[in-house]
Amino acid sequence: MQNPYLPYPVRIDEIITETEDKNLKTFKYVFLNPEDEEKFAYRAGQFAELSIAGKGEIPIGIASSPTEKGFVMFTVNKVGLVSSHLHAMQVGDIMGIRGPMGNSYPWDTLKGKNLVIIGGGFAFTTLRSSIIYLLDPQNRSDYGNIDVIYGARTPGMLLYRDELAEWEARDDINMHITVDGTDDPDWKYLTGFVPTIADQKAPPGDDDTYAIICGPPIMIKFTQPVLDNNAYSHDHIIMSLENRMKCGIGMCGRCNIGREFVCKDGPVFTLAELNKTPKEY
Amino acid sequence: MEIIKIKKDHLATGLDALKKSYQLFGPVKKDSCHEFKRLEQDEQPDLNFTNTRLSPKALIYPQSETMFTYSLDENAEDAHILKEAVKTDVPKAVIGIRPCDADAFLLVKRNFDAPDYKDPYWLNAYAKTTLVGLACENPHKTCFCTTSGSGPFSEQGLDILLVDIGDDYLAKVLTDKGAALAKAAGWDTPADSDSATEDIECLKAAAEESISSSVDTDHLKELDTTALHQAPFWEDAAFACINCGTCTYLCPTCWCFDIQDETCGAKGTRMRNWDSCMFPLFTMHGTGHNPRGTKKQRVRQRFMHKLKYYVDKYENGTLCTGCGRCIRACPVNIDIRKICNQMNHYNPDTVEEPAS
Repeated sequence: MQNPYLPYPVRIDEIITETEDKNLKTFKYVFLNPEDEEKFAYRAGQFAELSIAGKGEIPIGIASSPTEKGFVMFTVNKVGLVSSHLHAMQVGDIMGIRGPMGNSYPWDTLKGKNLVIIGGGFAFTTLRSSIIYLLDPQNRSDYGNIDVIYGARTPGMLLYRDELAEWEARDDINMHITVDGTDDPDWKYLTGFVPTIADQKAPPGDDDTYAIICGPPIMIKFTQPVLDNNAYSHDHIIMSLENRMKCGIGMCGRCNIGREFVCKDGPVFTLAELNKTPKEY
Repeated sequence: MEIIKIKKDHLATGLDALKKSYQLFGPVKKDSCHEFKRLEQDEQPDLNFTNTRLSPKALIYPQSETMFTYSLDENAEDAHILKEAVKTDVPKAVIGIRPCDADAFLLVKRNFDAPDYKDPYWLNAYAKTTLVGLACENPHKTCFCTTSGSGPFSEQGLDILLVDIGDDYLAKVLTDKGAALAKAAGWDTPADSDSATEDIECLKAAAEESISSSVDTDHLKELDTTALHQAPFWEDAAFACINCGTCTYLCPTCWCFDIQDETCGAKGTRMRNWDSCMFPLFTMHGTGHNPRGTKKQRVRQRFMHKLKYYVDKYENGTLCTGCGRCIRACPVNIDIRKICNQMNHYNPDTVEEPAS
């Protein structure tokens, strides 16, 4: 019997400090046993438990894309015991990864559809995974127009800034990068909160257009009415949730919203599905 | 299915014989209560009891259980890599478990034996355990098993059912595991099948008749989850609760757990421990946000899980066998029977708006 609680051993291969407050770091991992990388086959939107012996585990969205081989990547905010310890670890250190977990964004449903991807703050990790996946030459023609609205408090708080600039220069993806405010005279993108920018830039909703939203609760709260006004039906609004987790496989009992477990039945739900569950997230 | 007859004084001889090949567990009186414990070489179970204070869930699902071990010694080749903890493979047998508690294992099994994931700890422990039940001839007044999918003579989940008929026990051998245990114990006197069946049916009818309390569960499935979640009676149900967690601790079907690492020097273990939805930390995010931050939310979660979410998810009844422990032990007299009936008969259309 495969033990679903046993992490794959991994080595930290690279650490990138992403944001000016140094609270967000990206960790690139390689598997100690190459066959484990095959077992860890994942889809954009899934997450995994990062496991540090002696500290515990944290559920983190996978920031690398299944089209990127040879490593897996996670961007971690420094919050509690495990993430603080992780932020103090070094390249070469050994730890564990358990997963992949959860359902992913519904890539089969989204085939042939236009997408507007709306992200805020550091909740951009699985959206990065999704964008890399979508822009892969193997996949790009399977999907329609792609709009990305991504905002952070300041330019220095945006994740993956080099990649954002690369995507900005492409003609097969429409980037709408925004910050809440900045006094940087060289800032050449947008200024304004994500909901406001979404109102201006999101394509109108129709049967062939889906919105994927991932961000802090306040952003989601004010973005949803914008999408409602732009005629997005609730089964075309796709959201990724977070809840406290331990097992990650639907057994330990804490992350449920009604009968659904965020870890196993989610973390991705349509707004139509969420409307039918208690709002315990 | 075979029925054998065991003379009462032959029960002890059989149990002593079983100790050669099984770890035996049974109810033993300690202070004023019976609890399940490992039966030592010269120890016999005390079967003169109504039910144990704690459920026997710990026999399959220990309150604290080592999952992995690790070393933090940088010179060790496997430093920081988790290794599976070594488990014993000795078969266990539980003597005198009540039918409601054996039933509870079947309800919990649905969680740990999911189509996509299998919990190896729970499933291995369950597979190597033989359950010898003792039919309930004198149920407690807080027992409501007959309306909770179980019963005082329920055979579900048992390998053998013992029925006390005075000088003897009649033992219904229900599974191969049960037959193997009976053989190892040397219990091999067949009972006269017809009269034994008749005796058992007669005692069973009397026991079921003596169960005086009940719950209504027939409407739970059809109720709208969000409407029930917003029902006004949760405020009242939670009012007296002190979130002590006694209910989840005693409950044979509460399975929620936490996973923690414990390091001593350079060595450590990753273990899982029982947890409780009654505690605020159970769901608290790293940011401090808590989706079930109030006791009303937590009390509602416990009952909604047992009596609505589970009902909807598995379409096989509630996550309660009617053992009544939570009713007997609750320090503020919260009664799952009352709440179950309130839920079952809830009609959002007839709720009066609170006076403004």
